[in-house]
Amino acid sequence: MKYFGLIWSGLFRKKLRAFLTLLALWSAFALLGLLQAVNSLFNGGADFLGANRLITQARTSFTQPLPMRLITQIESVPGVKRVSHSQFFGGKYQDSSGFFPQFAVNPQRLFDTYPEWVISDDDKRKFITTKDGAIVGKLLAEKYGWKVGDIIPLNSFIWPKADGSRTWEWKVVGIFDGRNSEWKKRTSLMYLNYGQLDEAVSPRARGLAGVFVISMNDPKDAEKISAAVDAKFENSADETKTQSEQEFQLGFARQLGDIGLIVNLITSAVFLSILFLTGVSMSQSIRERIPELAVLKVLGFRDRTVMLLVLAEAFLLCFLGALTGMLSATLLTKFLPPEFPIATDSRVWITAGICVVLLSLLIGVPPALRALRIKIVDALAGR
Amino acid sequence: MSTLTQTHEIVMMNLRSIPQRLGASLVVVIGIAGVVGVIVALLSMSQGLGKTLSSTGRADRVVITRGGSDGELASFLDRASATLIKQDPAIARGKDGLPLASGEIIVITEVPRFGQKTGANVSLRGVEPNGFALRPELKIIDGRKFRPGLREIIVGQAASKQFDGLRSGADLRFRGQTWKIVGIFSTNGDAHESELWTDTETAQSAFGRSGVSSLLVSLSNIDALDSMKARLVENPQLNVDVKTELDFYSGQSANLSLVIGVLAGFVGLIMGIGAIAGALTTMYSAVSARTQEIGTLRALGFGVFPVIASVMSEALILSLAGGIVGALIAYFAFNGYSVSTLGAGFTQVAFQFSVSPGLVFKGLVIAMFIGFIGGIFPAVRAARMPVTAALRGG
Repeated sequence: MKYFGLIWSGLFRKKLRAFLTLLALWSAFALLGLLQAVNSLFNGGADFLGANRLITQARTSFTQPLPMRLITQIESVPGVKRVSHSQFFGGKYQDSSGFFPQFAVNPQRLFDTYPEWVISDDDKRKFITTKDGAIVGKLLAEKYGWKVGDIIPLNSFIWPKADGSRTWEWKVVGIFDGRNSEWKKRTSLMYLNYGQLDEAVSPRARGLAGVFVISMNDPKDAEKISAAVDAKFENSADETKTQSEQEFQLGFARQLGDIGLIVNLITSAVFLSILFLTGVSMSQSIRERIPELAVLKVLGFRDRTVMLLVLAEAFLLCFLGALTGMLSATLLTKFLPPEFPIATDSRVWITAGICVVLLSLLIGVPPALRALRIKIVDALAGR
Repeated sequence: MSTLTQTHEIVMMNLRSIPQRLGASLVVVIGIAGVVGVIVALLSMSQGLGKTLSSTGRADRVVITRGGSDGELASFLDRASATLIKQDPAIARGKDGLPLASGEIIVITEVPRFGQKTGANVSLRGVEPNGFALRPELKIIDGRKFRPGLREIIVGQAASKQFDGLRSGADLRFRGQTWKIVGIFSTNGDAHESELWTDTETAQSAFGRSGVSSLLVSLSNIDALDSMKARLVENPQLNVDVKTELDFYSGQSANLSLVIGVLAGFVGLIMGIGAIAGALTTMYSAVSARTQEIGTLRALGFGVFPVIASVMSEALILSLAGGIVGALIAYFAFNGYSVSTLGAGFTQVAFQFSVSPGLVFKGLVIAMFIGFIGGIFPAVRAARMPVTAALRGG
């Protein structure tokens, strides 16, 4: 650590070059931060979701609602603890820019299958007993300044009422939060009491449940239960597909498809070409300073110390570039509109850390070896 | 010597010496090739998508959906409304004297991509027999049309390339029934090629629907649109939105195009900054390696402008070379590459990357821009260096 000043002044000996190299590294790591954040969305961003839940959807597509009558049949499958259902409501609040998801549910069954939501017993009871009641996630309530007692008009683009109107009024009866930080982050949604939907919706849409959420006694039975549920409805008009909640959520991201892969490919290309530039610039910088390194050796620095100094300089360079780049990416993803649900999270930072180590070795080792082998006499003579 | 001959001499001398400085020059070429390749690839993706979406629909066909619905998926017209709308006088008549109109139904189905297990959403569109007469651009390129009443499906060309098991003769299972794929159709590369088609009434019975999602009609005269719109919207028995097919599909794609545009813009901007920094570093070191040479030239009487011109021409030529390499890589790697993503209506739209000459030109312009910025500062610095200092090696 006592050499930090020396390394620092070596790095910034030519200020302009150091600045430009840092800029190139900044751009590479900013891209890494942004694109790996996208990637992490595709590869299991839903890790924290409970492993003890299954989702049963219509085999044709989850947009085809399953009829409510299946619920008792599903509940009779051995190993199933409780079943809830959830219908995507597709409501727009005010103008279309303020979109957030709402699901019509059976309140009691919701609380039974999602113990992760924290809500007072009083609010719970009110949600169960109010037919046009709704509970709002804490983040969402804060965003719009909603309080218990507010009436929220939602314009559903999916469900018309029997009288043809599309405006539904929901009464906020409670605010819920997540039980830990991961679930707290997810509270940008709203649950509606299924009672009003089923009563007032146009007759052709009555009795539809949407998808079913199964909570299991033992998560180890997941495969057995999903096979048993799907077998029950095989060859009926309502064939089902049952998968873990995590698979179900990932399915949404995978819909975006091959574009994720392409973006990744492209980014590695960028990263490599920018690394190439940085490597050349670093080795050039060392080449120009060979006489100075020789002077260090004359002063009594060991060969090994000089080599480590050069290596440390490469590391410092990469570290600074990566730090600024990743910070920019993190800030940027934080301020992205909610339509882009990506975040430069700890996983991405770890990737970046690994890249810094690899990169500083790649660009640092050749000049470091060169520094190790400097012959003082030759170097001072400029040979 | 005049400035012109000086410039010519010094530029030529400089360019001839590039092979001697191959390593440093390659850095510029490779760096810029990477950036241009990536930008061209991203733009060709957004251009290919735009081409598919904007070629969908014609101005003389009209899509009628339920009032206030976002696209076909959320729309529903009951049988009575559909029949009423079909009787509008602005609708062209077919050879059989019946209105050229097709009540269409959209349901989402899941089909896996090649090599994947999770299903991707694909639209299944039910069309009435007139749906074919309405769309002269549709051609059956393999097999035959489906027969109404049978569980038969035809598949768009793009969908058959993108998803697993969508071949002529293959079976699909929906709603407890087996459906046979009897043909593949093409519609000149528009968004319908990402769909599965069957007969409207067959789809209605299989999916338990009574009405249709939308109605596509052909106008007898393009000017009849406004009067037809007024009639349908003001009819108290109906609650509909009336749009030309062209407006309908471009409205649907606006959001997706925006997302891809933002992505290309962001990535391109950040990468461009990195590339300019890289080009600057390289050109600065190229100049500083030649400080004494430049000093000698200045001492011999070469002016400031020729020196700037020589450094700039080197930067521009190297970046042009990089640009060409990058554009070629993008062309050979991506042109015609077909992918699919989530489009409007929450279903897949398949499209091809298209690296057009215009895009290649754009890529070269970007390369030259990077080269210009990367060259101008080192060039000016080289020219302004005092001759005596330069001769001593800076």
